[in-house]
Amino acid sequence: MSTNLLFTSDLKQFLLNTVIFLSLSFFPLFNQATELRGTGDLGVVVERATGSILIVDTTTRTRLSKVEGFGDLSHASVVFSRDQRYAYVFGRDGGLTKVDILLGTIVNRVIQAGNSIGGAISQDGQLIAVSNYTPGGVKLFAADSLELLADLPTNSKVVGLVDAPGQRLVFSLFDTGEIWVADVHNPRQPEIKKFTNVGKQPYDALIFPNGRYYLAGLFGEKGFALLNLWQLEAGVKRILPDYGKGEETLPVYKMPHLEGCGITDDHLLVPAVGQHTVLVIDRHTWQQVKSIPVHGQPVFVMARPDGRQVWVNFALPDNDTVQVIDTTDFSIIKTLTPGKAVLHLEFTPRGEAVWVSVRDEDRLVVYNTETFESIATLPADKPSGIFFTARAHKIGQ
Amino acid sequence: MNMKWLLAIIFYIFPSMIFANELSSDRQKTLLYLLRQDCGSCHGMTLKGGLGPALLPETLANKPTEFLVQTILDGRPNTAMPPWRGLLTQAEAVWLVAELVKGIPHEH
Repeated sequence: MSTNLLFTSDLKQFLLNTVIFLSLSFFPLFNQATELRGTGDLGVVVERATGSILIVDTTTRTRLSKVEGFGDLSHASVVFSRDQRYAYVFGRDGGLTKVDILLGTIVNRVIQAGNSIGGAISQDGQLIAVSNYTPGGVKLFAADSLELLADLPTNSKVVGLVDAPGQRLVFSLFDTGEIWVADVHNPRQPEIKKFTNVGKQPYDALIFPNGRYYLAGLFGEKGFALLNLWQLEAGVKRILPDYGKGEETLPVYKMPHLEGCGITDDHLLVPAVGQHTVLVIDRHTWQQVKSIPVHGQPVFVMARPDGRQVWVNFALPDNDTVQVIDTTDFSIIKTLTPGKAVLHLEFTPRGEAVWVSVRDEDRLVVYNTETFESIATLPADKPSGIFFTARAHKIGQ
Repeated sequence: MNMKWLLAIIFYIFPSMIFANELSSDRQKTLLYLLRQDCGSCHGMTLKGGLGPALLPETLANKPTEFLVQTILDGRPNTAMPPWRGLLTQAEAVWLVAELVKGIPHEH
């Protein structure tokens, strides 16, 4: 009996030693699979046609993995958990998908509406809000489980959904011309303040980096609707009601976006609608101070994080071009042609590089923003939106 | 009418009337790509709708062809639908409408 025990114990020891030996022999292999790393320099690129995403590393400028199974991503956006480990992907088909970007796997996925446009993550990181076209409204989900917490029907397509300080969500209603501010301290019973008659067909909106002003662009008429979130009682103010007056209104083959718009110390740079200009607005008087003629109908007017440069892409048929505006004198300092169908741009967290998606050429191009040289090219299948994890810590995502 | 005119009608005018809608297969591919990718920005890549309405055979069934062709070429006032006349010909719009009514097969 005791011999038996001894033998068993020896055998155990032998097996253990063998395992340790083998582990050490294959150490580099195991090490690679379990290597610890942060996610602060990672990002997600939407591949719109295949319903997949790429997880990219902005330091090494490489693709880390491809994750599939997101449905229709023809209009998609992404927000990040504040630990920057999870990406929430909002798809056109109403899909809300939570992705573990470290492992490159889908953690959870719900189809929460028939037709969706975008989303936001709350100030405390606990809630995911999705804006929907059909049926129109906003839905709130628990960020961890994706459990539905509240449904806010709007009777209109919802655009320009952002989070704001004070655990609030702000969004605009395209069909009815309203802005709603939802206090979601109690996510199961949000308190809503509605602003009506803000202007015809708000198509998108932006929030200032400090969360104070919410600005919705109007499509159905000229101008913008401005709401001071520090002073809701003052109501919505209309600005630039007749920009470009007397000029011909040109067709808009792609709706401009206001997210990421150029905000400098004194000015705000936004796309005009139906005119090939970028509008410069004084941040203190809310008057237009200039309109900068550009190559086509601007779509994204994105400020480099330091605000010194603003990069602009364009709608069809001018969508092979990107222009760079110097915000010290509003001159165009560079015109680049990354390729056919430039859909989106995203700056690295401190702006030394910008990533550009070139849909029709199936690639991403990375530019050095000081020299304007292309420093990397990565293959991607019909890439559109590019989202870096640094967004996790910005207000209004 | 002299012989020259008769020949001109037979060889040039008739064929151009009959084959006005014959787009090269390259152009057809380009148009389908445009439809999915660019029209898809508003109408969805699967054409189930977005900011713009769905463009599926069942949603278009009751709409006259003329109306659909005109919508593509001239846009719709008070909506986000732009006039595509600058980028598409009449024949191309007619062809696109025919394809949409028939139903566009998905790529995947």
